[in-house]
Amino acid sequence: MDLIADHISHRFGALDVLDKVSFTVAAGEVVAIVGPSGCGKSTLLSILGGLLRPSEGRAELRGAPPADSLNPLTFVFQDFALLPWCTVEANVEFPLVHTALSAAQRRAVVDDALRRTGLADFRSAYPKQLSGGMRQRVGIARALAVRPAILLMDEPLSALDSQTRELLMEDFIRLLADGTMGAVYVTHNLEEAVRLADRVVVLSRRPGRVREVVTIPMTRDERGGIDARGQLLTLQNQLWSLIRDEAIDAEREVQHA
Amino acid sequence: MLERAPSQQQDASTSRPVAFRGAGFTPGGGRVSGWIALVLVIALWQLAGSAGWVNPLFLPPPSAIAVAIYKLAMSGALWQHVSASVVRIGSGWLIGSVLGVITGFAIGLSTLARGVGITFISALFPIPKIALLPLLILWLGIGEEPKIATIALGVFFSTAISVYSGVDAVPRNLIRMAQSFNVPFPAIVARVVWPGALPSILAGFRITASVALLLVVSAEMIGAQFGIGAFVLQAGNLMQTDQLLAGVVILSLFGLAVGKAINVLEARLLHWR
Repeated sequence: MDLIADHISHRFGALDVLDKVSFTVAAGEVVAIVGPSGCGKSTLLSILGGLLRPSEGRAELRGAPPADSLNPLTFVFQDFALLPWCTVEANVEFPLVHTALSAAQRRAVVDDALRRTGLADFRSAYPKQLSGGMRQRVGIARALAVRPAILLMDEPLSALDSQTRELLMEDFIRLLADGTMGAVYVTHNLEEAVRLADRVVVLSRRPGRVREVVTIPMTRDERGGIDARGQLLTLQNQLWSLIRDEAIDAEREVQHA
Repeated sequence: MLERAPSQQQDASTSRPVAFRGAGFTPGGGRVSGWIALVLVIALWQLAGSAGWVNPLFLPPPSAIAVAIYKLAMSGALWQHVSASVVRIGSGWLIGSVLGVITGFAIGLSTLARGVGITFISALFPIPKIALLPLLILWLGIGEEPKIATIALGVFFSTAISVYSGVDAVPRNLIRMAQSFNVPFPAIVARVVWPGALPSILAGFRITASVALLLVVSAEMIGAQFGIGAFVLQAGNLMQTDQLLAGVVILSLFGLAVGKAINVLEARLLHWR
């Protein structure tokens, strides 16, 4: 199943946020979206996931979702969006309760998602008892439970410390390794973008337009090797050179706002 | 206070501890000190009465109040008055709370209900509800209904406000999360909005319990034969200040009991906080 951004424009009142953004996320592909602050990355993700109606253009799905998918487009949120009154297990089960799955089937799905994210021993814990990294793992487990075709990830690591970010990045790489699940990965962090994505969509300063689409010429497995580090750094610098001047302007704009 | 610069040249090799400046601004619970203070005040009050420092007609000592409560209990009058008040408070609070919760949720979730509801609540909430009692007596007769309706009205507005404030305070990201999983509207209300608004709703219940107590006493003072309010008024008219204060103590105990019940409810329902 492909996800298509078709000439998406959006404005909040008089403020133009996005301007005719178009690209396609093919089945199993990971596309990162980067750009200066305020360029509309998160707005674009909300539109792609059906949480926001665009002012113009549209988000489209092409092809059938996987037969067992309960929610083809599934978000992983920056702030985790966990229900604080529910245990880890109940949070992961939350999107399944209204589905046609029986209690036993739900239990099996939850067990599998908790096992895949290393949360099996924390099923009875409440979110407040967990570290930031573990909370995000719960968010990922919840997303995996509905067997998504495409994960929509809105800066999923930005609220975490660098060590936890590294560990979770490894988890993402492992989860996306078999190519059955695609992702749209919004991030400020160019290192994350080049490590995870197949392609990086660079948006311009507000109103966000597609400035360039950079293809990462390596498989994710190859990127883990020491030899690849130099090439990844070069790609990262290339992305930064595309963004830098506008990022400075965007920062000044924010400061003067 | 800012540390003064040393008046004399200090030896570079001399060390001195860094002065601690982080004291205060962290008051603790102090439950024991509260009970000790209460016992001390009651003891002083008793001493003032026993020693004849104050006229017992104006301020009867605690022992006289305890005796008055005991006599009321033995005569059966205490239960008659308390049960009448409890029935009125219970009925009025329940009706007001149920309607308030429904209205609060409607205002919190529906644009139309918000537009209409907030206008009416803003206009009617500031009215002292006891001022409506004569009108309610005209409408509903002189029985229990106008007293219960007065309490229900007082409870309704505070409940509706606390509920829609609670619904407004539910983090939108949780609602968007539920929507992103295609969770149906009723399930979002039941599993996200309701528990998210519960802290505010329970805080509202704490306030409305006090409002109900206030209004039942006022309503009973205006038009009732039985009830703590009627009893206190009657005792005041007869200058039976020990009985008057006995009624006040019973009201205080009732308020404490309701507060404790809500504490228990909060501990059970909001254990995740």
